[in-house]
Amino acid sequence: MPKTLFEKLWEQHVVRQNADGRALLYIDLHLVHEVTSPQAFEGLRLNGLRLRRPELTVATVDHNVPTTTNRSVIADPIAAQQIETLRRNCRDFGVRFFDIDAAEQGIVHVIGPELGLTHPGMTIVCGDSHTSTHGAFGALAFGIGTSEVEHVMATQCLWQKKPKTMQIVVDGELPLGATAKDIVLGIIGRIGSDGATGYVIEYRGSAIRVLSMEGRMTICNMSIEAGARAGMIAPDETTFHYVRGRRFAPKNFDKAVEHWQTLRTDEGAQFDRTVTIEAASLEPYVTWGTNPGMVAPITGRVPDPNSAQSEADRAATARALEYMDLKPGTAMQDIAVDRVFIGSCTNARIEDLRIAAEYARGYRVHPRVQAMVVPGSQQVKRAAEAEGLDRIFRAAGFDWRESGCSMCLGMNPDILKPGERCASTSNRNFEGRQGRGGRTHLVSPQMAAAAAITGHFTDVRKWQFKEAQSA
Amino acid sequence: MKPFREHTGVVAPLDRSNVDTDQIIPKQFLKRIERTGYGDFLFYDWRYTPEGKPQADFILNRPEYTGSSILVAEKNFGCGSSREHAAWALLDYGFRVVIAPTFADIFHTNAGNNGILLVKLSEAQIKELLQRSQQAPGYKVHVSLVDKTVKDDEGFVAKFEIDDFRRACLLDGLDEIGLTLKHENEITAFESKRAARGW
Ligand code: SF4
Repeated sequence: MPKTLFEKLWEQHVVRQNADGRALLYIDLHLVHEVTSPQAFEGLRLNGLRLRRPELTVATVDHNVPTTTNRSVIADPIAAQQIETLRRNCRDFGVRFFDIDAAEQGIVHVIGPELGLTHPGMTIVCGDSHTSTHGAFGALAFGIGTSEVEHVMATQCLWQKKPKTMQIVVDGELPLGATAKDIVLGIIGRIGSDGATGYVIEYRGSAIRVLSMEGRMTICNMSIEAGARAGMIAPDETTFHYVRGRRFAPKNFDKAVEHWQTLRTDEGAQFDRTVTIEAASLEPYVTWGTNPGMVAPITGRVPDPNSAQSEADRAATARALEYMDLKPGTAMQDIAVDRVFIGSCTNARIEDLRIAAEYARGYRVHPRVQAMVVPGSQQVKRAAEAEGLDRIFRAAGFDWRESGCSMCLGMNPDILKPGERCASTSNRNFEGRQGRGGRTHLVSPQMAAAAAITGHFTDVRKWQFKEAQSA
Repeated sequence: MKPFREHTGVVAPLDRSNVDTDQIIPKQFLKRIERTGYGDFLFYDWRYTPEGKPQADFILNRPEYTGSSILVAEKNFGCGSSREHAAWALLDYGFRVVIAPTFADIFHTNAGNNGILLVKLSEAQIKELLQRSQQAPGYKVHVSLVDKTVKDDEGFVAKFEIDDFRRACLLDGLDEIGLTLKHENEITAFESKRAARGW
């Protein structure tokens, strides 16, 4: 029988199938960070357990870490304790740990791929919902809670009920100015922030195939924002080329590729649901509300709650507009911003920074705006500096920071003040996500860079680029 | 994990959809390394003003609803971040049951792993429960996992579905790690197969 990519991965990892429909899945890679792991390690201690396979576990610090220089000294004692706790736990339990000052440190979903830890065909979990990012490699990757983190540590397995499958087919050519971020915002805008609950999504179609690994990661990253258990893209030459030669890539690489080539949905395989999208219909998007499904094209307007489909939608829209302090009918391009954040596991890879720098080159950040660029990892930061991107950003008046989650969730000192409005390349515009009372608009890296320069949301399709100036 | 069989309690109506885990427990409270003590921070930004004073009109601050242990909300409850702190905060505050039309996947698992029962009812039934609990503060329902029902004293009866495995774990308070380790031979066999694949 023809099978989907997901079904192949699922079957390859079932250790045991129970009659009640639960399967015990083997986990190939467990990523760990400081926020969702302390209680799991503590649970192991209390029960006298060890990690079953510490060598399949990798940890780093990303959520809490300051992004300023000299960041090893952490002012917040509770954050410092959490980081110290992970350091100690990794030492006690024999887990590889990339500490705050390590050359490999970065957001867990950025460093996994760049170190070659993420391989096609793997099952990957982390106590973090954006683990779906790794699905870009044709891995089955999903976020778990802390009790499950403890379970994986102790058993290297996880009980799962088989999810349903959804294919989202994006065909055709993406219009100029629209990016992978706009593909995924466009998708969530159509299916809603719970449109894929209970499903694993496979992204397919010609517009997906031509994307770089960075673009694919951006899309899979936000699968969870549509409620999906995971998102995945079948591996191909682009994938193999990306993984080859990385530090933790398989030793016997060609043999691995032979297997990876079988990881694709067979002709005639059935999905539980299909969504098709014409790439040509997509535009640069901006969210206007308090969940990622509340989104409009840059040429669009803030919606009117009274034109909502249902009473529940009307109430939700009205509530979101009140929180966001927006009036129905306002043109998206007339919305002014106070802050710009280019960063997060969605859009802080080298390609994201390159494109944002193209737009920033030769300009100055609008005087009212405070803008920051936070590379996804130390490796991204070094690569960007080697290319001179930091100089472009700095010359334009952007803050250039150390790597971490930063203002994506504001657990460290990088937060919005109440009422501040931010153009952000991150993935969640929930109330208070970037700081209590802060107002988040999700956009692509170039839309964020353009908003920083003009001080309001701007259609990047009309951007006047400036040439590189000789210094 | 505390077993769950039956529970009777005061219903707190939270008539909002897409209640995300950032709202249930904001990030500034995730830095602690314990599993307990999160109840004071539950729905923090909705419960308290920026100055830290209780928001008088938020449901949990109204005296009629103090001591409530059953939360009723609208669709897609628990979406967003995987933080299990959301389940810990609900439990620590005193909630044993959340009733909604739909729940986000990761939250669903986290709640189950902490002995919180999630009950899925239809939109119409939720509307009914919201109305009854808004109109009659102190309104109670009885939730039974044994016969999979939600009932009140005035004739409301709803059957619900739950998967057998989760139900068994909740009823007995089973420890999943202990259960899984009973299959250690199978895990080891899988690992040797995996080691033999050659890359
Ligand atoms: S960058 Fe944001 S979404 Fe990504 S792991 Fe960090 S906090 Fe989570």
